[in-house]
Amino acid sequence: MVFTHRKDLLGLADLSRDDIDTILDTAVPMKDVLTRDIKKVPTLRGKVICTVFYENSTRTRTSFELAGKYLSADTVNLAVSTSSVQKGESLKDTIKTIEAMGTDVMIIRHSMSGTPHYVARNTHMRVINAGDGAHEHPTQALLDMYSIREKKGSLEGLKVAIVGDIEHSRVARSNIIGLSKYGCEIRVVGPATLLPAEIEALGVKKYYDVEEALDGVDVVNVLRLQLERQKKGLFPSISEYSQRFCITHKRLSVAKKDVLVLHPGPMNRGVEIDSRVAESAISVVNEQVTNGVAVRMALLYLMMGGAA
Amino acid sequence: MKLLIKGGRIIDPANNLDMTGDVLIEDGLIKAVAPAITAGDDAEVMDAAGLIVCPGFIDMHVHLREPGFEYKETIATGVRAAAVGGFTTVSCMPNTDPVCDNRAVASFVVEAARREGLVNVHPIGCITKGQQGQEITEMAALVEAGCVGISDDGKPVMNAEVMRRALEYALMFKLPVVSHCEDANLSEGGQMHEGYYSTLYGLKGIPAVAEESMVARDIMLTRMTGSRLHIAHISTRESLELVRKAKESGINVSCEVTPHHLTLTDKELAEYDTDYKVNPPLRSLEHVEALIAGLRDGTIDCLASDHAPHEKEVKDCEFNLAAFGISGLETAVPVVFTHLVATGKVDVNTVVKAWTVGPARVLGLDRGTLTPGKVADITIIDPNESRRVDPQQFYSKGKNNPYKGMNLKGWPYATLVNGRVIAWKGQLV
Repeated sequence: MVFTHRKDLLGLADLSRDDIDTILDTAVPMKDVLTRDIKKVPTLRGKVICTVFYENSTRTRTSFELAGKYLSADTVNLAVSTSSVQKGESLKDTIKTIEAMGTDVMIIRHSMSGTPHYVARNTHMRVINAGDGAHEHPTQALLDMYSIREKKGSLEGLKVAIVGDIEHSRVARSNIIGLSKYGCEIRVVGPATLLPAEIEALGVKKYYDVEEALDGVDVVNVLRLQLERQKKGLFPSISEYSQRFCITHKRLSVAKKDVLVLHPGPMNRGVEIDSRVAESAISVVNEQVTNGVAVRMALLYLMMGGAA
Repeated sequence: MKLLIKGGRIIDPANNLDMTGDVLIEDGLIKAVAPAITAGDDAEVMDAAGLIVCPGFIDMHVHLREPGFEYKETIATGVRAAAVGGFTTVSCMPNTDPVCDNRAVASFVVEAARREGLVNVHPIGCITKGQQGQEITEMAALVEAGCVGISDDGKPVMNAEVMRRALEYALMFKLPVVSHCEDANLSEGGQMHEGYYSTLYGLKGIPAVAEESMVARDIMLTRMTGSRLHIAHISTRESLELVRKAKESGINVSCEVTPHHLTLTDKELAEYDTDYKVNPPLRSLEHVEALIAGLRDGTIDCLASDHAPHEKEVKDCEFNLAAFGISGLETAVPVVFTHLVATGKVDVNTVVKAWTVGPARVLGLDRGTLTPGKVADITIIDPNESRRVDPQQFYSKGKNNPYKGMNLKGWPYATLVNGRVIAWKGQLV
């Protein structure tokens, strides 16, 4: 199974289509647990999960924590801002400390790409990448894929547009890698300064014009625009960005009738996505959050609960 | 004191020599090179059958870290690494602490190396005071203290006016200006070569043009000033094209390439192993292939290790936080022999030239040949010796080496300085 011969989940690049199917299939009954009155199953009793987030997060960290709790694991969060990291403790020493306390799974988010790989090399704990720099955010892509599959029935051959700051987006990379395994036609659109070098070599089509990119698509995944990028000179102003790339109903009129809109959150309403779109029936923004818990439960279960 | 090196394949590119024969050394000098030499009973004989006998290898780009960074390397450990690595002469970069921008630091380096007495060490002084890129150094004093070139290695001289004046001033001393070509604005925050793999791995890229634009600028300044320019660790196809064209039009420019830029690509960063983090970054395959072609056709004058030893702590950490650099003195020779010579990509004569007469000409050293009468600095290679790289066994303090665990074939057999064997089969004598 997915984690029989694999210790960690560092990126979707490491998973096969079968692996992803297994995770998404396992998430279906997990979502049922979430909708019950008593949201608890004893599967992971006695297991310990530690989340270590070097970057701010609302949904990913809470989602992992609740996923662990619903499966009866003990979950702790290392608050990096109040930990010994602030006293200059190295990452390696931090890992060893967490390991020494009996932790089974360490879930790490870090601003620097590849840090989960470094952690995984230096510990016996299982490691889940909860987002590393501009590299991968595998559980976000898994929950996006779950959300799409749930609405569309299948991922096979869908046309998906990813809109915004592709250069700095780990969500974009994991989505591209994951959806490519299902033969999706993936389009990326954003300002030329926010599309990374040789992005087309990843098997995607590149657009600068949002209407062209949205023409006939089944799914639009809208990325969060990190406003500080403007100060780095990567685009001239928020207003010009919004005028060219904000996802509005008008722009979506060229997409398929049953187009689905995703956003990993947190949203800058009126910048990359129009509030009316975010709150409309075609948006699955809130369901994505629910599905995120289900997918993470599935992952933790597959990692520690034995064979699926 | 007589030593007869017998029956080796003698390669001496400066004399267009590639033959099986003997080398006789007497009193630290080359006495004779011939197919068969009969020495008297007083001569010690070294059997070199199956070995390659070359002029002593010169590594014109190493970081010995002393003064200031003795926890990374010292002159004592650095020259030992050089000796077992097959090098008889090194020139060391000035980015120490304090930097080598004045007579006192240059004299200290020369004196400390002389005390070790192993390999020849020639400091390269700074282009600008404090490596700040603002005011040019007292080059007359640097030359008097023993500097053979100037460079702000690691820190490009961003101000073109300063670079122009440095090139002009260096003319008076026939000093090569060794340029680390990197536009610091274009490379800022970069972690690896910009391209497909930087996009895939999500690491900030260093575009090839960060190097190429500065190569172009420095070549133009050199054309204007009539000075001597040496491009350090050239790493891209277009940089090489610029050098090729400059040479064709008679501009006095030379360049060097490292073994790692000839043998590793940006793809290798998949596991975020910081031992592969180096500046200039490992480039993509088309650049690597162009560099190999450039070495083959003589556009590239020198091989140089850019030996950059670091302590464990600055490599055993997050990728973005890790220091750039490879501790390469002890693997440079076998890497090149394994990946370039044995594979037939580059002729062994070309390799020997780039490690001997090539750097000797750039630095103006009376070294790099086996001409009778010259100092008997000799490097002997065993092309059939196969060994696994274990950085923990390095003489260098820096264990940061991406070839760790790999089997390499073609190691230094003996290193001779002034006719004396200083290293033999990977060990100091």
